[in-house]
Amino acid sequence: MDQGYVVKRNVSIQPLWGEKQSPLTSLDLELTERCNNACQHCYINQPEYDSQAQTSELTTVEWQDVLRQAAELGALSVRFTGGEPLLRDDFAELYLFARRLGLRVLLFTNARRVTPELAGLFERIPPLEKIEITVYGMRPESYDAAACAPGAFAEFRRGVDLLLEHNVPFIVKGAFLPPYHGEMEQFEAWAATLPWMDKPPGYVTLFDLRGRRDSAARNLLIKRLRLSPEQALEIQKRQGAHFIEEMQQFCARFTRPAGDQLFTCGAGKGGCVDAYGRYQPCMLLRTPELAYDLHSGSLRKALQDFFPHLREIKASNPDYLERCARCFLHGLCEQCPAKSWSEHGTLDTPVEYLCQVAHAQARFLGLLAEGERAWEVVDWQERIRIFQQGGKGE
Amino acid sequence: MIEIRIEAVYAPSEDVVARLIEGEMLIVPLTAGIGDLENELYTLNDSGRMIWQLLDGQRSLAAIARSLAEEYEAAPGEIEQDVLGLVEELVKRSMLVEVSAG
Repeated sequence: MDQGYVVKRNVSIQPLWGEKQSPLTSLDLELTERCNNACQHCYINQPEYDSQAQTSELTTVEWQDVLRQAAELGALSVRFTGGEPLLRDDFAELYLFARRLGLRVLLFTNARRVTPELAGLFERIPPLEKIEITVYGMRPESYDAAACAPGAFAEFRRGVDLLLEHNVPFIVKGAFLPPYHGEMEQFEAWAATLPWMDKPPGYVTLFDLRGRRDSAARNLLIKRLRLSPEQALEIQKRQGAHFIEEMQQFCARFTRPAGDQLFTCGAGKGGCVDAYGRYQPCMLLRTPELAYDLHSGSLRKALQDFFPHLREIKASNPDYLERCARCFLHGLCEQCPAKSWSEHGTLDTPVEYLCQVAHAQARFLGLLAEGERAWEVVDWQERIRIFQQGGKGE
Repeated sequence: MIEIRIEAVYAPSEDVVARLIEGEMLIVPLTAGIGDLENELYTLNDSGRMIWQLLDGQRSLAAIARSLAEEYEAAPGEIEQDVLGLVEELVKRSMLVEVSAG
């Protein structure tokens, strides 16, 4: 019988250090902004063969240095994302380097570049996190059209088959453009056959505008592709009881007015290193003056000296102070400095679309009545309490 | 039942990565078959941590026990039991390998 010298810990439910935290627990690494899909709704993608983007990216050695710093700061996991991170020729090298530092790796990918060698590597040296694969359609015609990439669907299915063959755990999530919503049922039926899906798949429903504010034309297109708040809600409702349960837990923990403090989220506690070595407070927030240049500093210095100042930033936009600062749907609503910046170029401008989406959700959940404005609600704590206890209007 | 000999020499397996973070010793699986669930890591208790740091593939378990007994002014027999107990657990989990001949 074991004497308890070795303790197995599930770190997602048993934090290792209680109140004593290491300076960093996880870090996002956006290995490249380039992608082999050219989805029109994407907030970040650059063309696969964009040589300027490619030559500006951190080198293998520079990424290894970032990974080493993350491990030294106590990070338990890193997320490799992009763009499409598998486009990096040195992906396997960086993956192995991270795993040999004792980091778990969460990979966000479209799976098109999964090769037999890579699947074999994941089988031998598992990432210790389920790979997350985004799916754009269930037929070659729809997937390839959404991805603007002929042959993409066949490559995605081949990648998925390789992962299945090698028993590499992964889950799928959907990003379906409106013309292909009819394929969701088929997608969900397929997802249910995957051994690692323990609940129905989630969907990307709210397409973000370009994170770098680099194309007004693209932003117009993304706005046209966006679902109405009611359509977005219908997609969330496809998760059935899971959606309600998650919302009950989420609202009880996070939903309350935030006042004029702009950064009440986890921004600046983990953060994201972009493809070019700028350390952002989160994956979405690309405001140049809020990113820390790792070419002239370190993760530790950013975490200790740079990011803490975010907590001091206050909203000054009267519209924000009148609405968002007083709104109890803060948290449920996706309004945040990053979204405000990508939509308006400021940190504290209400994003009308997100406000409408949050109000539609709140009406469905029974937190708001028709015609009510959330920032005018006084008895919000009571409403959340009733909702948490199972009361929900449909 | 795994038999652990006190004269044997052990070293951390290349199939795991040990990390000391904020005073906690973590054993992170590297290869398949050590830990098979995401989000699961292994930590060592205080005795385990002290012993692990001496498992360098050079010293025998007996030498490690003697060294700890001197450092902590503890009864050698008691420390030996801890060393053997930890090593048995780690070997069962494939986190430690014997490097001594025979």
